[in-house]
Amino acid sequence: MDSINARFKLDWPGFTLDVDLALPGRGVTALFGHSGSGKTTLLRCLAGLERPSHGRLEFKGKIWQDDKTWLPTHQRPIGYVFQEASLFAHLNVLGNLNFGLKRSATAQRVGLEQAIELLGIGHLLERKPDTLSGGERQRVGIARALAVGPEILLMDEPLAALDLKRKQEILPYLERLHDELAIPVIYVSHSPDEVARLADHIVAMDGGRVVADGPLVETLARLDLPIRLGEDVGVVLDATVGSVDSEWHLARVDFAGGSLWTRDRGVPTGKHVRVRVLARDVSLAVHHPEPSSIQNVLDGTVESMAADDHPGLLLVRVQIGASQLVARLTRRSAAQLGIAQGLPVSVQIKSVALME
Amino acid sequence: MLTDSDLQAIWLTIRLAGITTLILLLIGTPIAWRLACSRSWWKGPLGAVVALPLVLPPSVLGFYLLLAMGPFGPVGQLTTALGLGTLPFTFWGLVVASSFYSLPFMVQPLQNAFESIGERPLEVAATLRASPVDTFFSVVLPLAKPGFITAGVLTFAHTVGEFGVVLMIGGNIPGVTRVASVQIYDHVEAMEYADAHRLAAVMLIFSFTVLLAMYVRRPKPSRGD
Repeated sequence: MDSINARFKLDWPGFTLDVDLALPGRGVTALFGHSGSGKTTLLRCLAGLERPSHGRLEFKGKIWQDDKTWLPTHQRPIGYVFQEASLFAHLNVLGNLNFGLKRSATAQRVGLEQAIELLGIGHLLERKPDTLSGGERQRVGIARALAVGPEILLMDEPLAALDLKRKQEILPYLERLHDELAIPVIYVSHSPDEVARLADHIVAMDGGRVVADGPLVETLARLDLPIRLGEDVGVVLDATVGSVDSEWHLARVDFAGGSLWTRDRGVPTGKHVRVRVLARDVSLAVHHPEPSSIQNVLDGTVESMAADDHPGLLLVRVQIGASQLVARLTRRSAAQLGIAQGLPVSVQIKSVALME
Repeated sequence: MLTDSDLQAIWLTIRLAGITTLILLLIGTPIAWRLACSRSWWKGPLGAVVALPLVLPPSVLGFYLLLAMGPFGPVGQLTTALGLGTLPFTFWGLVVASSFYSLPFMVQPLQNAFESIGERPLEVAATLRASPVDTFFSVVLPLAKPGFITAGVLTFAHTVGEFGVVLMIGGNIPGVTRVASVQIYDHVEAMEYADAHRLAAVMLIFSFTVLLAMYVRRPKPSRGD
């Protein structure tokens, strides 16, 4: 009842979309895949911007599309953020924000003020779109989508058209959305980093089909994920900031199974954070290692192993308490260490990315 | 300076061009919109028909219109049945003929303007709850404003410069169908070169000013992205 059930079949020359999905009705769901995997097309089907030849779309108990029903885009209670902000050039920022507000029955003044505050665009309201920076435009685009008071927010790679600096300018706002929005968000991205930061649930796509689908933490820890992530293979842990060591500028984050030290980024103690640990930053030792420059050493058990993209490499999943980490080893070192299922190992973690 | 009959011809020309421009704004806009949006097979043929007056000798267009609007033509029979009489050699006959003659000058700039807007603003408007009709008036029209100015000016100016079709349909009736271009022709025929000079200079200055205004204010393309 609370979920979004989508079944689409769409045939274009050279491309077929064929999906049957149940998306959670809350949190951020990432549609993840390489370009051409069909993730944007799927998002456009959800919005009614594409009309698949066969399909059924049920949003929290209401039918948006089936054999008899077709709800056109302007009647769907959505907010949509395009890859380029696509602001109306003939209106100023406030005019853009008001465009949807005036036409939406569910929108409220409060929603507009909240959106302006959430995206930090209060000082831009009188400006014309062509006087804004790329990052500012995209923030206005997001606020415009929120101002209609949508029941679901659809975002099509909102950061893809921006350079690294602009991305970093917007990411904190997206993280706030994640924390403060009560509506479900479907977020299309090809960036593992964005997905790790923002998503609760991941739908991985390839060739117009869904190849993996599940909660973020479990799905990223899968060794058989059928999409190639290369250097981005790794896990995300839900953690809490346990203490801050002000002498060494380090923060201790506690997760189910242990603790990790990371650079203190000013996150207050007790705050929930996400920690991303890439497989390439994890190494294993059979005996407890000698003291080294690596600060984070945890005890675990080899849970499973799987082939990596390169024939010389191996991915090893290690159970640490209730959590799992993935390590990338060469096959030779795995053989020399005698890595096998059930083997107790020391896990050394070179680097940890803390995400609020 | 200009004689009364010259002023009468100029006033008639302005009225003809103004009314034609207004009519073509109403007729040309939907045609241009359909041409811009459609991917159907008839887009090519319709575009060609709209462009025909650009290459057709005005006498050919005028000839067919004369036949159609004459007492034995389909349009003529309709107007007669409606109690309007026949249109040739009347002001409204000239308006009808000018509307055909200047159609491409309205439709083509508008079609270009609509096409350059692209799909995206329409999709954005739909995600912001605007119905297609709403979108046309609140997004397409304002974004196409430069195109409307160009199309309106070109249509007006082109109708002012009309000669061949006027002669075929309207003849040369003072105050009814004798527009400025025909008046100049009359002056030359009558060897009144001084009068012809004055009126010709007015037309030249008018045309140059219109084109100058358009080229000087040609807006820089501004987009949302």
